[in-house]
Amino acid sequence: MPLTRDQITKRAAQELHDGFYVNLGIGMPTLVANHVPAGMQVWLQSENGLLGMGRFPYDDEVDADLINAGKQTVTAVPGASFFDGATSFAMIRGGHIDMAILGAMEISEEGDIANWMVPGKMVKGVGGAMDLVAGVKRVVVTMEHTTRKGEPKIIKSCTLPLTGKACIDMIITELCVMHRRERNGRRRFEVTELAPGVTRADVERATAAEIWWSPELKTIQT
Amino acid sequence: MPGLWGPAYDDSAMINKVYPSPQAALDGLIRDGLTLMVGGFGLCGIPEKLILALRDSGARNLTAISNNAGVDDWGLGLLLQTRQIRKMVSTYVGENDEFARQFLAGELEIEFVPQGTFAERIRAGGAGIPAFFTRTAVGTPLAEGKEHHDFDGQTYVMERWLKADVSLVKAWKADTVGNLVYRRTARNFNPMMAMAGRVTVAEVEEIVPVGSIDPDSVHTPGIFVDRIVKTVSEKRIEQRTTTPRA
Repeated sequence: MPLTRDQITKRAAQELHDGFYVNLGIGMPTLVANHVPAGMQVWLQSENGLLGMGRFPYDDEVDADLINAGKQTVTAVPGASFFDGATSFAMIRGGHIDMAILGAMEISEEGDIANWMVPGKMVKGVGGAMDLVAGVKRVVVTMEHTTRKGEPKIIKSCTLPLTGKACIDMIITELCVMHRRERNGRRRFEVTELAPGVTRADVERATAAEIWWSPELKTIQT
Repeated sequence: MPGLWGPAYDDSAMINKVYPSPQAALDGLIRDGLTLMVGGFGLCGIPEKLILALRDSGARNLTAISNNAGVDDWGLGLLLQTRQIRKMVSTYVGENDEFARQFLAGELEIEFVPQGTFAERIRAGGAGIPAFFTRTAVGTPLAEGKEHHDFDGQTYVMERWLKADVSLVKAWKADTVGNLVYRRTARNFNPMMAMAGRVTVAEVEEIVPVGSIDPDSVHTPGIFVDRIVKTVSEKRIEQRTTTPRA
C-alpha cells in the first residue's frame, strides 16, 4: 500500500532530532509538525521572522501581528524569538537551519529541484524557496511520486525552471524513501526504503531517472 | 517628569518628527515616477493608512518595492486598482487577482526576487553596500545575465542593492525622535526599508515621550526615520487559522 500524505509526513518527522532548527514549506511539509515525537524539542522557523512557531491560536488568542510564512495566524512557543527578514535569511543562507522540508514539482537525478514556476502559467513568485534550498544544511522533499496525470516527477533533468541545483538530499514519497549518494563523482538517488507492499518495479515505473538501490532495502515504518 | 533613561528631557526643544495625519506625513514627498519601499509580509505589518494616503495623492508611474502586492481591496492592491503602480519588485504576489490580470495584459512590470536576496538587497541599500554575492538562485533563471564569481570552490551570483526615494514602514511604537519598536512578525522587512529610504515615513500605533523606550529595546534607531504618524490600524488577517478549544 502506498503511504497516505499523513504517513509521508510521519516518515519525514523521523528525520528530526532533538534541538533541530527546521523550516517547513507550505502544504504537505507543514503537516510534519503534527508528528514531532513527544518529548523532542524542535524549533520551527518561519522565514517571515519567527523562530519557535507554535500551534494555531485559540479563537481568543488570534493576533494579526503573529503569522507564519503561509500568512496563517499562529502562536509562538516559550523561548521563541522575532526578527527582521535579513536576520531570518541569515539563519537560512548562513547554514544555521538544520533541515528544510519542502514540496517539489520536479527533481532531477542529480538533485536539482523545480518548484516555483510553470512556463505559460501565471508566475506567483518564488518566496524563500531558492534561499532555503541554497542555504539549509539538509533539504528533504516530501511529495507525491508522480503528477496527477501519473507522469514521473523524478526525472533525468528538470524541464521546469530550476529553484536550485544539486541541493536535494532526500526524497520521501508515497512509494519510497531515497537518499542522494555520491559515488565515483556521480550523484544519484538511492532507494533505501519501500512502502509496505510496494515493489521495485512500482518505483521504477513511476520514475524517469537513473536510481540506485540500497543493498539493505527496508520497509518504511510509520 | 524625568525620563527613565537620563535627565529630564523637554520634548518641545527637540526636533519633532511627528505629523498630524498620513496626508501631512507624505506632504511634499510624493510625485510621479517615484520608487517606494513599502513594509509588510502579506497584510502583516503594512503601513495601511500611508498606503491610503499614497493612493489619494494620485501619483502615478510608481515603482513599489514590497514583498507582496497586498490583496485586491487592501494594501498595495488598492494602488494596483487605480493603476498607480508601473513596476513591482516582489518575492511573491499570489494573493492578488488584479495583479495577475495587469501582469498578463502587459500593463505591469514585475521583478521577482528570492526573499532572502530581497531582504539583503534592501539591507545593503541602507548600509551603503552596492553589491554582494549569494549562493541563492545560482543555476536558476533569476541568476541569468548576472555576474558570477567563485569563492572557496563555490559559485555565487552578484546582487545589487535596492534603494528608495521614500520608504513607508509600519512600527508598533515610536518616540517623538523616531526610535521604533516593532511587534511580533509585523517587523519583517520594515527595519531594512527604514534604512534604505532617502526619506522614511513610519506609521505607528503609539507615540511615547522621548526617554520612555529603553535604548536596549530600540529596533530601528531614530536616525533612519524622518517622519512619524500615529494611526489606528485595522490589521486585516489573510488566513485566520485557529485551534478549537478541547
